[in-house]
Parts: sequence; structure tokens; C-alpha cells
Amino acid sequence: MPELFDVAVIGAGAVGAAIARELARYELSVVLLEAAPDVGMGTSKASTAIWHTGFDARPGSLEATLMRRSYTLMESFLPEAGVPHELLGGLLIAWNTDQLEVLPKLLEKAHQNGVLDVHLISAEEVYQREPRLAPGALGGMFVPGEGILCTYTVPLACATQAVINGVTLKVNFPVEQVSSRENFHSLSGKGGSLQARWVINAAGLFSDEINACFGHHNFTVTPRRGELIVYDKLARPLVKHVLLPVPTAITKGVLISPTVYGNILLGPTAEDLPDKTATDTSTDGIQMLLEKGRKILPQLLSEEVTATYAGLRAATEHSDYQIALHPEQRYLCVGGIRSTGISASLGLAEYAVELLKQAGVVLTPKAEFKPFKMPNIGEATERPYQSAEMIASNPDYGRIVCHCERVTLGELLDAMRAPIPARTLDGLRRRTRALQGRCQGFNCQASLVHLLAQETRQNPSSLLGLEAAHAA
Amino acid sequence: MLPEKADVLIVGAGPAGLAAGLELKRLGIQDVRLVEREAVAGGIPRLCHHTGFGLGDLRRIFSGPEYARRYRELASAAGLTIHTETTVTGWNQALQAEITSPHGVGTLSAKAVLLATGVRERPRSARLVPGTRPQGVFTTGSLQRFVFEQQLPVGKRAVIVGAETVSLSVVLTLQQAGVSVVGMLTELPRHQVYFPFLPVKWLFADLLGRVPLKVNSHVTQIFGHQRVEGLEFENTESGRMETLACDAVIFTGGWIPEHEMARKAGLELSPASLGPQVDPAFRTSRTGFFAAGNLLRGAETADWSALEGQRAALFIREYLQTKRWPDQTVPVQVEAPLAWAIPTLLRPDELPASFRIRSQAFREQTTLQISQGGQLLFSRKFSRLPANTSINLPVDWIRHISLSDKPIRLAVQP
Repeated sequence: MPELFDVAVIGAGAVGAAIARELARYELSVVLLEAAPDVGMGTSKASTAIWHTGFDARPGSLEATLMRRSYTLMESFLPEAGVPHELLGGLLIAWNTDQLEVLPKLLEKAHQNGVLDVHLISAEEVYQREPRLAPGALGGMFVPGEGILCTYTVPLACATQAVINGVTLKVNFPVEQVSSRENFHSLSGKGGSLQARWVINAAGLFSDEINACFGHHNFTVTPRRGELIVYDKLARPLVKHVLLPVPTAITKGVLISPTVYGNILLGPTAEDLPDKTATDTSTDGIQMLLEKGRKILPQLLSEEVTATYAGLRAATEHSDYQIALHPEQRYLCVGGIRSTGISASLGLAEYAVELLKQAGVVLTPKAEFKPFKMPNIGEATERPYQSAEMIASNPDYGRIVCHCERVTLGELLDAMRAPIPARTLDGLRRRTRALQGRCQGFNCQASLVHLLAQETRQNPSSLLGLEAAHAA
Repeated sequence: MLPEKADVLIVGAGPAGLAAGLELKRLGIQDVRLVEREAVAGGIPRLCHHTGFGLGDLRRIFSGPEYARRYRELASAAGLTIHTETTVTGWNQALQAEITSPHGVGTLSAKAVLLATGVRERPRSARLVPGTRPQGVFTTGSLQRFVFEQQLPVGKRAVIVGAETVSLSVVLTLQQAGVSVVGMLTELPRHQVYFPFLPVKWLFADLLGRVPLKVNSHVTQIFGHQRVEGLEFENTESGRMETLACDAVIFTGGWIPEHEMARKAGLELSPASLGPQVDPAFRTSRTGFFAAGNLLRGAETADWSALEGQRAALFIREYLQTKRWPDQTVPVQVEAPLAWAIPTLLRPDELPASFRIRSQAFREQTTLQISQGGQLLFSRKFSRLPANTSINLPVDWIRHISLSDKPIRLAVQP
């Protein structure tokens, strides 16, 4: 007999992991299913990593409501769970009269959304706040509550808290077939099969396909590719705020933002694509970003580029989230979460559990919810290489392996021995920042492969994608 | 464990740092501290398992690892302390380094600091090469560490991007790892491999003859999901696109000085070389900070870097004795296709041991002119100006520069 769970959550991105964490508070058997080899591998891992207030969401939409609720929850969750974050404040800059005219409307929208500390600022104040901006700004709007966070740590922290509170995580478990019986659903695919009374669809880019397995066709996901450029940490002093574009009818524009690792991010592009795996970057996309970046912050362009990447957002034909409860099917769809998933994740999770309760799922709180704090990988607080105390407790925290990002052997070993251990190079990178720096592995990649192979007892060839390539 | 004070702190135990440390010891400076972030001192030569090192500085030819070992032996014999696994992470104040090692965190104040942090190669991302991001994309440094440090597999069919002397070092590494080279791409119309001296020349010429060289070729895309499956490039002359199937791509050259600690110390950088501005005595823009070796520019040989370190040591001793820090200099500016000129700051009363320039492109029948404020100081005709290799120029003309705010300009005509 396959295992039977009370609830199966499909998709361990920011949304699914947050839902699993919320369900872990109750006496339920929960399984979190992920098609990829690790948590947070889809849209969540390649976002702009902005902690949004939701000031510009459509007032009255589910997105607006959940983002506001999530923001409050995040204020306590982020520090408690050890998620790197910095409340930098957002700055929208108007470069032409069209954009200047939009600002008062955006201000009104923000106020309707309950984001009340937003205010318009003069061109002088714009330059006071950001002296290195290109000349020509006509005015701006300041959103004090906008921040940045670590887009890798959010789903990892949620999933880790879920796991240590009893949730079963299954990676490499794509759900390819769903067959529904009277009391349970059978979910199967190349990772195996299992049964669950309730299914929550948080499959992100693939949420429409899972939805179709339950007979619903109310939305289609069209991946929207966003390409981004990450600049060297030596560029960090150039920018103090999250520089947000002013959306107009014609263009959406790009943002420039510091990251919690101390880099500067420029992007994203927005391009609708048919392919849900097309995370490649393009010549045109990169050129477009460079041109736009030069117009906003010319000095940025003379700094070195550390990385370029592309992420896919789960856009649908609808403007709002696609959340639908089907109590008769014991199925809840949490799909079409476009680009605000990280920021809204905790609000979405709370809402999803509330819907289950409405559908009659008995929710008995557990006596205890174990906390878990992720190791810090952000620049805002002390890191192991800076900590006399940590190095004294274990000299491996003073043994820097990745020099660009100052990642120590102690942290790498921790990541491979964590409740959700790193088992791939990318998994190690997202947990520690190793390989993410300016040299992109010139110095440490070989040591990391060796360490990972040894510690996780895997063959280096498979870690390096060589076996698959030669078999094919 | 490091002390809190030293006469001289040297950051980086590669050829320049080691040679400087040895020379300072020889000159009688007692308290010289050499810090190295890696577990073993020696720098990049440790990874270059071929011959061709040491003739310039040690008067003997070594392989890279032998050369590095020789320097470690010399350091040990001279009583030069090298603190390995020790990283300078920033500056508390001028000349006071913040340091992390397995022994803990601390600071070290020095009367003088020599930065010898070397150079790295721009990886694929910094070159803005589009496409997917699979495994199997290397730089020379990461490839050499895969093969020699960790004995890891690197694939079967490789494409090398770049055709400079360092690219041939990659050919040797791949040969040793049993990987075939299916293409060597350069954006320039010819390779830029220069043959230093005889035994190496034969080896290089033989190797180069066996590598499929693609000139005027610009990489436009990388394919593959888990692993690299191929690479697309454009012939910039004909506009024709071609693809090569491969499971490894190695980006070579594309040097960028490791200038993080220099910038954090507030040293002015040369916009051309991206290394710290240095005068003929390796003095930077801040009193007490010296810089030498490939941190100054990318990239000279290990021998050359070591000789620079040795020379810098003389000026460090002079500074320790006199506390003199001449700061009146004239900046040197270069125009494309010139990449840099070192030293980047000149003065008429202090001639450098060498004045070296490098071009990023070939030029035929051309004239190099050095001028200041419209006044020609030096000119030389080149029937062929080579690319991606250094050229030594005479230094006599430097006596005639004027100590004004007018920069010295280097340009090639036409």
C-alpha cells in the first residue's frame, strides 16, 4: 500500500513551502512534493528578491489583501527564521512627464491598499537620497516599507520549519498522474506514488497542468521570462534604496536594487515564452538591460558583472492570483502567483489553511511548533568569518573556501548536514553563497565539487552533469 | 596566530608577494608578515603543471609547482613567516588590516603594506555570454584546479575561448586530462601566442599546430541544461554563425586584477588597467600602501611579477627608513587599442626600471606616440604592433615630462 497523507502540497517553492509550514502547526500528516531535486528551484530562485509592500497591487484584489497580510507576518518571520533582509525603502523615479503624472495615481493606489507611509518627493530629495543617479529626474515617490530579502532562504526556511515539525518532503517527485477515489487521491510519477486525502496545488509554472489533472481549465500559465544582471559587490555603495520603475501604459521599466549579499541587481526584462524551462539569457535582453541601466545609474555600467540569469514568472491570462477551493474534490488550487509570490507567501499560506478549515478539514493545533533559524548568509548581520565566537567554537568557521563571498568550510559542512541538506552544487550555492561571487568558481569550484562528492557520497561525474551528457 | 603589529604586511603569497618578502628579509627588515588566503603559498604557478617558470627571477627553468615549491623553500630558509588560510577581509583604518583565519579574527597594523593579490580571469558571466547556465563552463584557473588539485573529470570535448599564451596552458592541461580540443576561438584575426624561449617555443608551436583555431570568432551562445552541449559563435568578418558540439568550454585570459582590497583601502585605480595607480616605485595613491605583481594589470609572467616584488621591496625599505612619500606625479592615459601602460603614474626625477604597454588588438604599419599637453615625447614605428602581449619601451623620455596636471597620453596612429 502506498503511504496515505492527510494533505499533499504539490510544489516546494516559496508558496508551497509556506503552506506546508503553516499546515505543520496542526495534527495532520502532510507531504510536500517537489519535482526538482531541491526546494525553491523554480520561480522562487530567480526573482528580483524584493520584499514588496504591495503598494501598487490592484486595490481590492486578493493579491493586494494577501500581500498586506503577508508583509505583517514577514516582519516577525524574517528575523526569527534567519532570512537575510534589509528594509531599504523603495524609490520610484519619474524621468519624464508621463511618469511624473502617474505618481499621484500610484500614491492614491498605495493609500487605498493601506500602505499609508508612501509619499511624493521632489527631484532635489531624489538626488539627496541617491546622489549618483543620472541627471534628469523630475520627481519621485518614496515607499519606506519596500525592502530586499534572500529569495533562496525564504522557501528553504519555510520547508525546513515544516520538515522539523513533521512534514515529509519528497524531492525529485514530479506529479504526473492524479487519480481520484472517493476518499483520497493517488499521486504518481517517476518519483513514486502516494495517496492523499487533500491536494493543494502550489506548482507554480506547472499549476495549470496540475489544475487540469483535476478537471479545471480556468487559467493557463504563460512563463514570463525576466533576465537580470548582478553587479559586483564593489558597486554596492552606488545605491541606497530599491529603485523601482514607474509603470506607464507604454513600458514597465527595470529596477536597480541592492541585494542582501551586497551586490547590485539590474532587471528584469519581461518576455512571454512558450517554454517553461527557458531560463537562458539572450543577447537582446542583456543589451536592453545595459541601455536602461545606463540611463538610470551610469556609474553602474563601469563596474564588473558578477552574474546574469533569467527567471520565469508564472503569469496567466488573469491579473489576480488563481486561488480556488473545490471542497467536493478535496482540492485547493493556489496558482497563477506571478511575481509577488515570495512577498505574499506567508499571507497565501495562512489563507490556504483558512480555506481548508472552511471546507471542513479538522485543524487541531499541535502542542508545540519548533522554531528553526537558518544560518545567516546576508551582509546586514554578522557572518561566521567575522565572528570570533563561532571561529573559537569551530576553526572551520575561520577557514574561507569561497573567497569572493567569504564562505567558510564550517558553513559548507552545515549546509550538507542541514535538515534539508544540500545535495547539488546549486543547492550548496543557494544555502551558502559559495560560487555566487565575482570569480564564479575560478578559485573554489573544484574544492566544492570534491567536498560535496565526499560529504554526500555522490559521484563527481553526476554532480557535474557528465553522466547524463554522455549517456544521451 | 598573527601578531597585532608588523613592519611590513604583504597581502598575497604568489610570486610577487613571496619575492618581495624574501628581498625585504635580505635587506634586513625583520618583521615581515606574508598572509595568504589559500592553504598553500605559491600562487597561480602552483596550478600550471608545465615548464617555463623561473628563468627571469631564479635563473633556472622550473615547472609551475616546482617554482612555487622553490619559493616556499627559500622563504622557509630565510625565516620569512607565511600565514596561510589567512584572509585580509578589509581595513579598519589605513594600514590596519582586518584578518580572518582558523585562529580567529583580528587586526594587524603595519608601517607599510604591499598588496600583491594577483589577477583572475573574467568568467563567462562577466563577459555577458548569453544562453543557458549548465555545468562544464570553466576558466583556466578553475580547469587547472579541477585537473591538478582535485583530479575531477572535465569532459571529453572542449572549446577554448581565447588564443593567448595562457590558452596554450589550457591545451596542455586538457591534453593531460585526456580531453580533445575541438576549437580555439579568438575575436582577433590571429592567435596571440608568443614564444618566450627555445624549449617552450618548440612545445608551444607543436601544440598550436594541432589545435583547430577559429579567428574573428565571437561567442554568441552556450547550450545545454545539466551539462554544456555546445557553443554558438559568429564570424565577425562574414557574419556566419557556427556551432560546435562540446561538453566543456574554457574561457581564458580576459584578465581583471583582484583589486577588492585595494579599492577597500581607498586606493585610486587606473581606469585602463583596473589595478591601483602606481608610480615607478610601486607607491599607490595612499601613503604606506604599495602594490606589485599582476594586481597591477593582467597578466605578466610569474617571473616578471616576482621581479616587480623584488624591486618594490627596495622602495618599501626606503620608505621605512625615510618616511618619504613623494606624491607629485603625472598620470598616464592610454587610448584604444592600448590596454594599459605601467607604471600608471610618472615623474621626471624617478625613472622606472621599465615602462611597459599592452595592446588589445593588432595594428600594422603604425606609430606609437607619447605626448604631454600636445608635446611629443616619444614615438616609435611598429611594422606590426602585437596584441595581448607586453612591449617594453625605453624610459629616457620620462626625464622630459613636466610635473603638471597635464596627463601623458599614449596613442597609436593611425
